[in-house]
Amino acid sequence: MKTKRIDKREDGVGVVETQYFIIDSLTLENREKIEHVTLAYETYGDLNENKTNAVLILHALSGDAHAAGLDIEQKNPGWWDSMIGPGRAFDTNKYFVICSNVIGGCKGSTGPSSINPATGRHYALDFPIVTINDMADAQKRLIDHLGIDKLLTAVGGSMGGMLALSWLVRYPDRIRSAIPIATAIKHGPQQIAFDEVGRQAIMADPHWNSGNYYGGPLPAKGLAVARMIGHITYMSDMSMEVKFGRQRKNGTQPFKFTADYEVEGYLRYRGDSFVKRFDANSYLYITKAMDNFDATQWRPLQDSLQGLKTKVLVIAFKSDWLYPAYQSKEIVKACKRSGIETTYCEVDSTYGHDAFLLEIDEETHLISHFLKTVFHEYETA
Amino acid sequence: MTYVNVRFDHKAILKLVKPQSAVLELGCGTGDLLSLLIKERSVRGQGLEIDEQAIYACVAKGLNVIHGDIDSGLAEYEDKSFDYVILNQSLQQIKHPDSVLTDALRVGRKVIISFSNFAYYKSRLQIFFRGRTPVTGALPYQWYETPNLHFLSITDFINYCGLKKIRIERRMYISEDKRIKLLPNLFAQTGIFLADRGL
Repeated sequence: MKTKRIDKREDGVGVVETQYFIIDSLTLENREKIEHVTLAYETYGDLNENKTNAVLILHALSGDAHAAGLDIEQKNPGWWDSMIGPGRAFDTNKYFVICSNVIGGCKGSTGPSSINPATGRHYALDFPIVTINDMADAQKRLIDHLGIDKLLTAVGGSMGGMLALSWLVRYPDRIRSAIPIATAIKHGPQQIAFDEVGRQAIMADPHWNSGNYYGGPLPAKGLAVARMIGHITYMSDMSMEVKFGRQRKNGTQPFKFTADYEVEGYLRYRGDSFVKRFDANSYLYITKAMDNFDATQWRPLQDSLQGLKTKVLVIAFKSDWLYPAYQSKEIVKACKRSGIETTYCEVDSTYGHDAFLLEIDEETHLISHFLKTVFHEYETA
Repeated sequence: MTYVNVRFDHKAILKLVKPQSAVLELGCGTGDLLSLLIKERSVRGQGLEIDEQAIYACVAKGLNVIHGDIDSGLAEYEDKSFDYVILNQSLQQIKHPDSVLTDALRVGRKVIISFSNFAYYKSRLQIFFRGRTPVTGALPYQWYETPNLHFLSITDFINYCGLKKIRIERRMYISEDKRIKLLPNLFAQTGIFLADRGL
């Protein structure tokens, strides 16, 4: 398949600065309130006069608001940079693209590592249990603040897909379409199990100290192991074979149980670098939010979708065993039952769950054409 | 009405579809028929297609299309979800045509079925005189590469409808861009039927 791919960094959105939106008070699903909530976000492109060209990008577990362009300090590219920019899937010449971080996180938004205004100390485990719906609620407040009545789409992969489903079920009149990618209506026991092993690794680290480690040594080993497990689940046996095989590392030390194989070195590197950029308590809170998410919490999904004018594009990847295609097909099934306009594609990829960040050509083709249709229908409605 | 570069069978199917209706096409391929129906009849169209590359072509045309197989993909729709369910040259390629047709008549108020007639006289001649599995304009594949799992004639289909109490509302027979009136089971390459469950 031929798709136009513009991937030169200088063609992107350039250097961007993260912005911060303050919510005075946010009431959570469990009726608890958080005061003075900060939500980090970035925007790319311009909002048109009628405010009909806004797209909300929703990130995965360890993602952040920096989806595109180069950040102001490190000059690092955003996590979905190849999808966002002039001429890319989310074409910033046409669309106003917003990427918002989530509450409970540690990338500029209020979470367990933030200071509790009531005590003056870090929240740690005093931070309330937040849900995917709470995260979506905070984002909705941001969209209200930006003066956007209806988003062209809410789109994301993995946890971002759950957020897109939350928008679809709870705020269908605020979106023209939803694009859930490599995601599920709810976690199955295998997904909960992997998350629980990650959480146990963190909590087993003596530095974790019941969550009170701020200002002291971090539970780095525990969080690194959690991330290593995560990375295994994001790949496929085929992608690991291609990437590492049984390749041995050069110059391994003559000690026992060093990282002898490339795959071990890779996982250790990924684990160690994650510790520098992510908070262990946020990992606990966010994985719990994903495990607790259920788009059928109140009623069957097809009932929630009944009669909606919202269009849905569902994308899954063949080798994704963490969020297998059959879970995406469950979303499609509900769409079929409800009679809403649906497009579904199971992309033939060997990258496993990581595919949603890597299969740029296929995603660009599907999303750019889908968005074009949705935008045209919105403009002519 | 004249259409440039529109397949003759597509034009015939177009005549059977009422404007503003809801259409599900099973095995919509690259979406040419569905696009035509949207353009000319303003239908609300939904496609179902097994081939990934065809999905990309449909999406490029702005169509709603679901990647999946017909045999299992139809059961998930509610009764009378669509005004028309269309099987254009796909009936021969599905594993269980009987159960798919039964389900299509449940999901659609009406069903449009178009298929290549195996009893077309040129096919008969090839079998009779040459002793070869027929390869014709409407059935262009060699036995070892055909996607068709089933071969049926116009008479087969009419008999099937009688047996299953399926009402045939309209029938059209075509061969090489011409309508065929006389002895269709012999002279038509393609049969197109508009059918429903009756009253």
